Amino acid sequence: MTGTQVGQVSADLPRSRQVSENQCHMCMPIGAVAVFKGIENAMVLVHGSQGCSTYMRLANVEHYNEPVDIASSSLNEKQAIYGGEANLRKAMDNVIRVYQPVVLGILTTCLSETMGEDLERIVSSYVQENGITHISIIPINTPSYSGSQSEGFWAATRGVIAYCARPTLPHQRINVIVPHISPADIREIKRILDYAGLSYTLIPDYSMTLDRPYEGRYLKIAPGGTSVNEIAEMPGSPVTIQFGSTCPNSLSPGLFLKEKFGVPLINLPLPIGLKNTDLFVEAITKISGQPVPDALTLERGWLLDGMADSHKFNAEGRPVIYGEPELVYAFATLCAENGAAPVVIASGTTNSLIATCLAPLIETADEPPVILEGADIAAIEEAALKTGSNIAIGHSGGKSLTERHDIPLVRIGFPIHDRTGGQRILSAGYRGTLAFLDRFTNTLLETKYATYRQKIKEEYCNTEGI
Amino acid sequence: MEDSCTLPASAVACIAERQDSILTAGKTRARIHCADDSLAGSVSQRACVFCGARVVLNPVTDAVHLVHGPIGCATYTMDIRGSLSSGSELYRNSFSTDMKEKDVIFGGEKKLTACIDEVVGKYHPPAVFVYATCVSGMIGDDIIAVCKQASIRHGIDVIPVESSGFISGNKVVGYRAAAEALLRLIRPKEGETIEKTQKINFLGEYNLGGEKWLVERYLKEMGIEINVAFTGDSNVAALKRAPSACLNLVQCTGSMHWVAVSLEQSFGTPYMDVNFFGPENTAESLRKIAAFCADESISQRAEILIAREMGRIRPMLEKYRSKLREKRAAIYVGGAYKAIAIIRQLRGLGMEIVLSGTQTGKQDEYESMSRLLSEGTIIIDDANPAELEKFLIEKKVDVMVGGVKERVLAYKLGIGFVDHNHDRKDGLAGFDGAVRFAREVYVTTCSPVWQHIRTPAYEDVHS
Repeated sequence: MTGTQVGQVSADLPRSRQVSENQCHMCMPIGAVAVFKGIENAMVLVHGSQGCSTYMRLANVEHYNEPVDIASSSLNEKQAIYGGEANLRKAMDNVIRVYQPVVLGILTTCLSETMGEDLERIVSSYVQENGITHISIIPINTPSYSGSQSEGFWAATRGVIAYCARPTLPHQRINVIVPHISPADIREIKRILDYAGLSYTLIPDYSMTLDRPYEGRYLKIAPGGTSVNEIAEMPGSPVTIQFGSTCPNSLSPGLFLKEKFGVPLINLPLPIGLKNTDLFVEAITKISGQPVPDALTLERGWLLDGMADSHKFNAEGRPVIYGEPELVYAFATLCAENGAAPVVIASGTTNSLIATCLAPLIETADEPPVILEGADIAAIEEAALKTGSNIAIGHSGGKSLTERHDIPLVRIGFPIHDRTGGQRILSAGYRGTLAFLDRFTNTLLETKYATYRQKIKEEYCNTEGI
Repeated sequence: MEDSCTLPASAVACIAERQDSILTAGKTRARIHCADDSLAGSVSQRACVFCGARVVLNPVTDAVHLVHGPIGCATYTMDIRGSLSSGSELYRNSFSTDMKEKDVIFGGEKKLTACIDEVVGKYHPPAVFVYATCVSGMIGDDIIAVCKQASIRHGIDVIPVESSGFISGNKVVGYRAAAEALLRLIRPKEGETIEKTQKINFLGEYNLGGEKWLVERYLKEMGIEINVAFTGDSNVAALKRAPSACLNLVQCTGSMHWVAVSLEQSFGTPYMDVNFFGPENTAESLRKIAAFCADESISQRAEILIAREMGRIRPMLEKYRSKLREKRAAIYVGGAYKAIAIIRQLRGLGMEIVLSGTQTGKQDEYESMSRLLSEGTIIIDDANPAELEKFLIEKKVDVMVGGVKERVLAYKLGIGFVDHNHDRKDGLAGFDGAVRFAREVYVTTCSPVWQHIRTPAYEDVHS
């Protein structure tokens, strides 16, 4: 089913279709890959066809502009029939030899899942037989027929924590769990935490591994990432802040820490937008017991000033917002609070709490937005046209909105493969929100200045009269 | 292999089992280990059967390309090629049956049928290619039967492509699956005869950056008409007229040699290898085609064209040559045909080749390649990032020619890079393409950024 509508629906919007026409979401293991790239000294191995790992490398390389090595067990026909254990073992041998990881994530694919490979058993017997004590080999199930990259991301984060976490004496480091955002956004969230004077364990932290300063070298495993020791101690934390308002409970890493180890959970939307960032700052100042840092007060003030300056321009925006649920929710609220009421809000996955999260926004909207879950780009295009959208927010998959319908696209999320700097797109915190808002407003202005003379002329100077 | 053989690399590969896939051009005999499955865990740069089939068929402009599997395979190949179309843009859409858990358990044939019906109802295409993936292959969906029924129901060609990814990690196997689909498409109906014409087909040409159109202009000037290209800017009706050609030109041999042989067997059409990458290759190919036509006026026009174009581009190439002389280049591309053409082009620019490798080269192709290379050049099959990095540094490479995954590696090492992949936007074929190629090599090899990057910061402040 493509494009299930859960919000307001006007009469003839896209019907449910079987075929997916231009995809809005990606596969489950690619979300899990990002997580392992955010763990210190980790390498990741995909148990499936060679193509899976190569495609995921391509998508990551084009987005992050960094080498993103992903190993494969390179299954072929014989193993598909007789089992892939030998290949997986050999792959683990070779990856361990060449990459010398401390953590090795093993991800399933549609193929190995369909073959019924028992990853847990293969890995545990491999570990036992080889007497491996210094490497954490963590198997994660990521069959794409069950979910998108968002679910893969949450599943891997939860899986890594579940694997590493140990009952620990209480300590002062808070847990911070982030969804699939840009390295620049992770750095911004860390900066805000640093301002608040908090010590923390942020997972997964690929801010330095997937966006590296030039150093004249290729590093097989880039330094950076959340360390296994810190992850092990997450149960001793006073609190978890998780930016996972749309994360289903079954996949929620924060909920796992709460239920298994009693760590209180503050589940927040991403700090993108004024109100969302306020929620984050409020939470951390409550934890730290300190007043809001002056630097953040200043940044908030600049954001407010920018919101006032741009509000009339933004009021002309009719955004269509699509992509991973957590990002989509944050940007939808950002747009709404700036008077650019979203007209279409869409996600490729069906397993999220986005509809529930958006309920208040829908209730208060003058013109309730169309909400699509399990959407493809074709359904999003159709809804955008029906609702008279004039600006889009999302990843490069929606480039056809511009190419075919002249709806300009402000790029955020993953993947960005037709522009440079996907890894540097900043939208988090007050500073990031303002940076995004300027991009958004200026995109509207660019269209306006390029077209208003002609439009008005056509309207008034025609021979047909009014 | 007798006079320009190879000996095992003195450099040790990172994985012992990869040793025989890395050689150093030299004097003793050794055969490179190639055309085999990738070693598990080696982080091969290769893709899969599905990928190979998809890139070959994707440029068929007015067909629907429907991927039967879970979402990933379609997402990663959405609008993947830089192939241009003079007509329909339908091929740029990525259709998927988006198989879910219940389809995997209960079979995906029903959903596939529904998807074909929907897409045919919406777009009325003359043909639908249905690509098998790992999952649809594994659960045993009978896509041949589904396609056959759909074909009858809609009165159009619905063609199965046997491209389950696990069949092999080698794209070449996927090229073959695509080739079989193409032959199925063009097979004349029983009793139908297709008259031969004076036109020629152009196999293994994908119209990246309008390359087919450029060559078409050359041939037109000579008095020769292209019938259809496989598959750049082709459409279903034109492909069905393929048997009418009097000659098949084969450019990308990896993907199309087998098609050419089959066309010769089925329709008696002779074929000839051509190569339009680099000015010399272009000139040579035009002369070969003219010679085949055995028409003095065509040969004359070819010579006039070659002289004019060579004269026009020579000063431009000379300018780049003077800047690039003795720079050191590395090549790592998909197929050997491309590698060999690039070796010639870089040589023509006065550059030294210190590394050359491919994902899918065959034994005899590596032998021809090694004959072109000077002693000490590294030859590598199915390389991985660790090996590429090692040789890029050891061999003090100034510029690399390759695909997307190699690009970031080169940049991380402060090395120039030329994109020679299937999603490039600029044409590199023909005389104009040769200039564009030289310019790209020049701007990246001699970019001012490398000086800044290699110079330590703030040196003057402290001295």
